Amino acid sequence: MANSYLKSESKKLATWYFTVAATLFGAQLLFGLVAAIQYVMPGFLFEILDFSVARMLHINALVVWMVFAMFGSVYWLLPDETGIETVGIGMGKLLFWVFTAAVTVVVLVYLFIQVGPADETSIWFIHEGREYIEAPRWADLGITVVALGFVANLFMTGMKGNRSGIVTVLMADMIAFAGLYLTGMFYTDNISVDQFWWWWVIHLWVEATWEVFVGAIAAYGLITMIGAHRKVVEMWLWIEVSMLFGSGILGLGHHYFWIGTPEYWWEIGALFSALEPLPLVAMFIHVLYDWGKMQGEEDAKGQEISVITNKPAFTWFVLNAFGNFLGAGIWGFFHTLPQVNLYTHGTQFTSAHGHLAFFGAYATILVGMMYLAVQGKNGIKVLNNTKSTVWATSMIVGGVVGMTVALTIAGYSDVIISRAQMGATWAGYFDAQGTTWLVQGMVWRLLMGVVTFVGFLFLAKDLLSIGKATHHVR
Amino acid sequence: MAKRSVWSDNRFWQRTAAWITGFASVLLIWLTFDTSAQISMGTDADIQNGVTKRVPGPTVINYKITYEMNKKRQHEIPVIGGMNAEGTSAFQEKEKFFGRDDWSEQEAGELLHLGKLASQTKNCMNCHTLLGNGAYYAPDLTKAWLDPAWGPEGSMMGMTSKETKEEAMAEFLQNPSQYPTHARMMPNLGITAEEAKGLVAFLKHMATIDTNGFPRNFGKIQGAVNGK
Repeated sequence: MANSYLKSESKKLATWYFTVAATLFGAQLLFGLVAAIQYVMPGFLFEILDFSVARMLHINALVVWMVFAMFGSVYWLLPDETGIETVGIGMGKLLFWVFTAAVTVVVLVYLFIQVGPADETSIWFIHEGREYIEAPRWADLGITVVALGFVANLFMTGMKGNRSGIVTVLMADMIAFAGLYLTGMFYTDNISVDQFWWWWVIHLWVEATWEVFVGAIAAYGLITMIGAHRKVVEMWLWIEVSMLFGSGILGLGHHYFWIGTPEYWWEIGALFSALEPLPLVAMFIHVLYDWGKMQGEEDAKGQEISVITNKPAFTWFVLNAFGNFLGAGIWGFFHTLPQVNLYTHGTQFTSAHGHLAFFGAYATILVGMMYLAVQGKNGIKVLNNTKSTVWATSMIVGGVVGMTVALTIAGYSDVIISRAQMGATWAGYFDAQGTTWLVQGMVWRLLMGVVTFVGFLFLAKDLLSIGKATHHVR
Repeated sequence: MAKRSVWSDNRFWQRTAAWITGFASVLLIWLTFDTSAQISMGTDADIQNGVTKRVPGPTVINYKITYEMNKKRQHEIPVIGGMNAEGTSAFQEKEKFFGRDDWSEQEAGELLHLGKLASQTKNCMNCHTLLGNGAYYAPDLTKAWLDPAWGPEGSMMGMTSKETKEEAMAEFLQNPSQYPTHARMMPNLGITAEEAKGLVAFLKHMATIDTNGFPRNFGKIQGAVNGK
């Protein structure tokens, strides 16, 4: 790009990843809207783009945009952390195009072919029909190659350059992230075994490796945006890693309550998943503590200027501290104990938790990284908010929180009527679906989904134009 | 050099992180070996010998399946072929499945294989919930085989004009939009007769998995919302 201030090839590659990520984020919201409309108007696109397809695109776009943004974030911070250009950048660029092309083909197949016959060819070329990791097997293999290339770049750069604590954590974390994907790549007739390993990918990604990734990114952000002291930040990071892996790895047990696995998972899952919110509290305190500390040092000099060098990005980082704790921590803890989970899992309550957790824990910080990239690309010293920044942030956050509240209320109807009173039969299921609480909850979810989507349009506009605004310090 | 506290030493926290992660991983791997052994699929010989497995072999489709409260475990468990004095599977009472109760291990295995494949290729999980996982747009299928809607007092046999539960299910799966059971309809997924048979076998097999009492009180409460 002609007007780019970026000298680093790694950072240029990062902006490519962020661009695709933002586009897929839009696609995620769009297909989410289709699915939300179908809850309110079941005939909408019936037998054209059914709920199953809309939802598959909704959740797959979510996973893939986050993975794109995660790769982008690492390529962005590597030159800063290691002090050298990323090794193997040519391979990185090639793999970027392979990844983007593969995702495009997969999406087109989901949209236009949708389902195939019950044989292995469908598993290889259409989709695997396993929530979140539906990608057909050819794409699985491709994703593995792309992930290995990415991890190789990270390791080669980390070994050669100055290896900071943040890079060390990322090296360990990303190799676990890539390795865990392999546990979801085989077929078995035994659905209990199927679900057992499926959770190794889903849980150990989302509640272990992704959370540690967020810790590392938050640490990087605090150093870059408010000049937090590296030693303090990295100490927090190691404490967070201990707590996140210490609770998250065995917290896997809370998914093994009811899938055919032995009863001892009740106790293991209950204990460790009850501990899972603790590191999120730590991350929350960490961000606010460092911010207050750095601003306090500045204020003590008698100068009343903000220490924050990127206002929009820092807003999203602080939202991450709140959102991660609320969505993953509180909403997760609500229904994590087996006594409660027996009635709540697989209801709209799970959906409420899922929406706020994915948004709060991951979307927020990754959007923040996108703003950091915009700042770097335009050579800006202090990036200020625009009106679009404020609209985008308020509408997206308001929309997601609104959806979460609506789904939580709908979830109570689901839990109490369908599960507790009616014993989870089909008749009980539809009784709950027809209650005013659930019906109105779904209408509010749709309205709040629209708010979120409009907020996304502001975000897209802002990311494309904020660099040209004149009120920044250059 | 001034004395430094271990609590502010990054090396200490780095080692702590490594040890805790290592310990948790080793424990998980150890538990995985134990769980894998417990959830591996049983065989026809197990059923013949009266051995209860958490995930029984495919030939359970030859037997009558129920879901009964177990006094010792204090929750419902799947019971195969009637209940014995201890409240567990007796493996005695058979039940015809598509007209036969002598499906061999190989035949039943092939049917289950086809059904499990169909459940994935037809994308069931993105509307339904299986073992409590999946989407919430359509009913949970974990114990669908035992759902009163498909039983003698339910509406589905009459609606599809079929004599048996499995035939009604297979008919519905092949022509779902012809039998509108709710405003939220199931779309036609091009399920063939053979695939439908496999799917029903998969559903019957899934109903026999010991899910530690999930779903609670399944099918035991009639008319609770509008009842007393």
